[in-house]
Amino acid sequence: MRIALFATCLADAMFPEAAKATVLVLERLGHEVVFPAGQTCCGQMHVNTGYLDEALPLVRRHVEVFEDYEIAVAPSGSCVGSVRHQHAMVARRAGDARLAERAEAVASRTYELSELLVDVLGVTDVGAHYPHRVTYHPTCHSLRMLRVGDKPLQLLRAVRGIDLVELPQADVCCGFGGTFAVKNADTSTAMLADKMANILTTKAEVCTAGDSSCLMHIGGGLSRLRTGVRTVHLAEILASTESSQVGTRVGTASTESGPDGTRVGTASVASDASGTAATTVAVSS
Amino acid sequence: MNAREEVLARVRAALDGSTPPPPVPRDYATTGTHPDVVGLFAERVDDYRAQVHRVAARDVPATIAGLVGDGRVVVPAGLAPPWVPRGIVDTGFTALELDEFDAVVTGCRVGIAVTGTIVLDGAADQGRRALTLVPDHHVCVVRADQVVETVPQALHRLDPTRVLTFISGPSATSDIELQRVEGVHGPRRLDVLIVG
Amino acid sequence: MPVHAPAGVGHLRGTQSFPDAARGALADTQLRRNLGGATATIRAKRQAVVDEVDDWEQLREAGSALKADVMARLPELLVQLEENVTARGGVVHWARDAAEANRLVVDLVRATGVDEVVKVKSMATQEIGLNEALEAAGIAAWETDLAELIVQLGHDTPSHILVPAIHRNRAEIREIFLREMPDVDPDLTDEPRVLAMAARAHLRRVFLRAKVGISGANFAVADTGTLSVVESEGNGRMCLTLPETLITVMGIEKLVPTWQDLEVFLQLLPRSSTGERMNPYTSTWTGVTPGDGPQTVHLVLIDNGRTAVLADEVGRSALHCIRCSACLNVCPVYERAGGHAYGSVYPGPIGAVLTPLMTGTTGHDDPNASLPYASSLCGACFDACPVRINIPELLVHLRAKGVDAERGGIPSGQDLAMKAAGWAMGSPGKFALAERAAGLSRVLGRGSSLPWPASMWTGARDLPAPPTETFRQWWARERG
Repeated sequence: MRIALFATCLADAMFPEAAKATVLVLERLGHEVVFPAGQTCCGQMHVNTGYLDEALPLVRRHVEVFEDYEIAVAPSGSCVGSVRHQHAMVARRAGDARLAERAEAVASRTYELSELLVDVLGVTDVGAHYPHRVTYHPTCHSLRMLRVGDKPLQLLRAVRGIDLVELPQADVCCGFGGTFAVKNADTSTAMLADKMANILTTKAEVCTAGDSSCLMHIGGGLSRLRTGVRTVHLAEILASTESSQVGTRVGTASTESGPDGTRVGTASVASDASGTAATTVAVSS
Repeated sequence: MNAREEVLARVRAALDGSTPPPPVPRDYATTGTHPDVVGLFAERVDDYRAQVHRVAARDVPATIAGLVGDGRVVVPAGLAPPWVPRGIVDTGFTALELDEFDAVVTGCRVGIAVTGTIVLDGAADQGRRALTLVPDHHVCVVRADQVVETVPQALHRLDPTRVLTFISGPSATSDIELQRVEGVHGPRRLDVLIVG
Repeated sequence: MPVHAPAGVGHLRGTQSFPDAARGALADTQLRRNLGGATATIRAKRQAVVDEVDDWEQLREAGSALKADVMARLPELLVQLEENVTARGGVVHWARDAAEANRLVVDLVRATGVDEVVKVKSMATQEIGLNEALEAAGIAAWETDLAELIVQLGHDTPSHILVPAIHRNRAEIREIFLREMPDVDPDLTDEPRVLAMAARAHLRRVFLRAKVGISGANFAVADTGTLSVVESEGNGRMCLTLPETLITVMGIEKLVPTWQDLEVFLQLLPRSSTGERMNPYTSTWTGVTPGDGPQTVHLVLIDNGRTAVLADEVGRSALHCIRCSACLNVCPVYERAGGHAYGSVYPGPIGAVLTPLMTGTTGHDDPNASLPYASSLCGACFDACPVRINIPELLVHLRAKGVDAERGGIPSGQDLAMKAAGWAMGSPGKFALAERAAGLSRVLGRGSSLPWPASMWTGARDLPAPPTETFRQWWARERG
């Protein structure tokens, strides 16, 4: 099958490993992946912050870029949720009924990664190998906008070598919520603290999820507390095999101040439990 | 414009040009499928800390006598007389006078199995509402044929122009740490006799 | 023009924005523990009884559609209700706003010649500030619901729709009772049952002597004129039954078309609110019933901003709310910030939409303008709502209304940020440029002390370092 990758702006700019991993998994399963170069952003941040006029050109661009493809996939429940539940609304509100119909057509062919694998391609065992203790955080939009249910867990259970541990109060929001984390930083931090406490009780090495945004939030907190727990996108675990350990990249390499207040680069190389040297982001100091 | 006219005018203005809503879907269940409706009723009444007694008609007076003991008992005028031989018939006692009674014995209009609810409609065997409110102990006699399975079935049997009281267990509150405790202002003890 | 709820009367607006008010609450570890414990308890109870109902989703769909039907036919249904209540001996009054409703009720109580009333817990009377109006008129209002009593005795304000004293734990309640109840047993323990018994003893004489009762209404049935109160303790039955005069204050949206329609709501409400199959007591009455209960019955129908909500065709569904409070109990923001942070008697997710819709907002400095942002849009509220109010969608709608209302003025920092992001994402070329600029600026960076608003983030979280190459660059290199 020829599948268009909707990489999402966040993965493109900040978390390319999640998008790369999505390509690797699908190619390994024998599919052709294409990357429509005209894509930018689905406009979710604009919509959720109330800037619907500003979101309109982004919606139009997304529709124009993806309407020629039979099927599209994104490594993000949140961005697919936006395509499915917001694009037509933005178009209708602007009085563009034709664009709304086209947006609905694109939305009907756009899938989050676990949906595509389990529902469309009918696979739960993607041949992954990931010998780590992992806990899964179901992100709010994958859970409640897309209703992915336990599809990500079905995929994770089939991963060889994985020690999958249940996350207590898994379905509670991590506190990210886009601009919520900035506008209501204190409440967001309190939510994050509880999420991290639950993650730490699992004694997992890795917290995974289907959204880079939530992982950035959770990972940013886990890093600040020096917990040693990594955040890794679901796609990276699924792409990982015995010969190529993809998902061992440190999810958040922190920018922090040294004792003397000068900025130092951190954790540019980490060793995972299997002893494989992990490729990580290098931050120049 | 008076307030009535103005509020109605505001409502009409607010709705002006709205698209009509879709029809109401009615595919929820109105009847039930439980094989033992009376058994379910007994189980659910008991679940909310009321005492349930399944008795034959001839044993009703003795059961009631055992439940009310030596206390002062008030009864509505239309209650089957042999049930409570010592019962004092309500003649319009004040609230303070009702507070001097230990118990009240009544019939009921409908029982709802799924929710463990009894419904009183103020008929002669149930009396006015104050009667089943002020005394601390309510003994309610329910005939098996008065029990329906679902809430929709119960509403169908009830006359909304009568004053109705739906009772599910004794008085309770969840206001302290959202934990339910029984017994606040209404009767703290509820006995339900299921006859037949 | 829609007429909003007036400022200066009632309890629909606090003095601080949500983030500022929440900051204080978040620092109160006792409050967070109380709220966390109570909401966890009720969430589990609710889920258990909802899972028992095979046709729960069908009931939700019916409840949602019934309420939409009520809104669409509100003028005719209100007139029908009025006719039926009047025909059965009740008196119907109309109030444009809180001040008018308070005046009406004060006059009705004065006409009876008494100087005290007993009250059933009622959101409508909390909303309009009726207790303050009664007090100003020299009339004592006894709150009889246990949680309302705790709030009243504690000189406090409610923080939850169903359990106004949810922010208090048993030890705090014991202290309030010991301090404020004149004849309380000095050996009072903090056992909930013992505290409930103290409330019973405290209010018993008041109930038995009361001449005027004041209630709200959970539902009003248009085709019969029937009103109903759903409760647990029996304080409602006391207030509805024993006094000579009953005054019911109700928002104009609380209608259901027919008696049989109650079959939907009497299944949805108890399971969603207290997590019970049925609440202990539901009372219904239709006008006056000779020989049973109050022989003088009033119904006060209030607008107080509801028609302004109705005028917003998207926001209108906020009026479908049946005040179960399920959305509060599942909301991670409510659970941590508590109800007082919302500044309104309607807190939590539904309050964050209903309150600003009722009051309107006067610009971004209005505390109520911050409410639509008091959500991470996690969607738990929509899932829990028994009448399927799409609260996340309403929140986004209100955010958009706020942004649009400010267009043309001096752009805020947020406006500029959104415009810049919109520009950068306008084409892949510009986006790639922005990606490089962002990466570069952070690598050259300012470390942990990023400027506002990013500083709000880096206060508690590390920002990820930018990758050495973007996905776009990788694709061009590897697959391009």
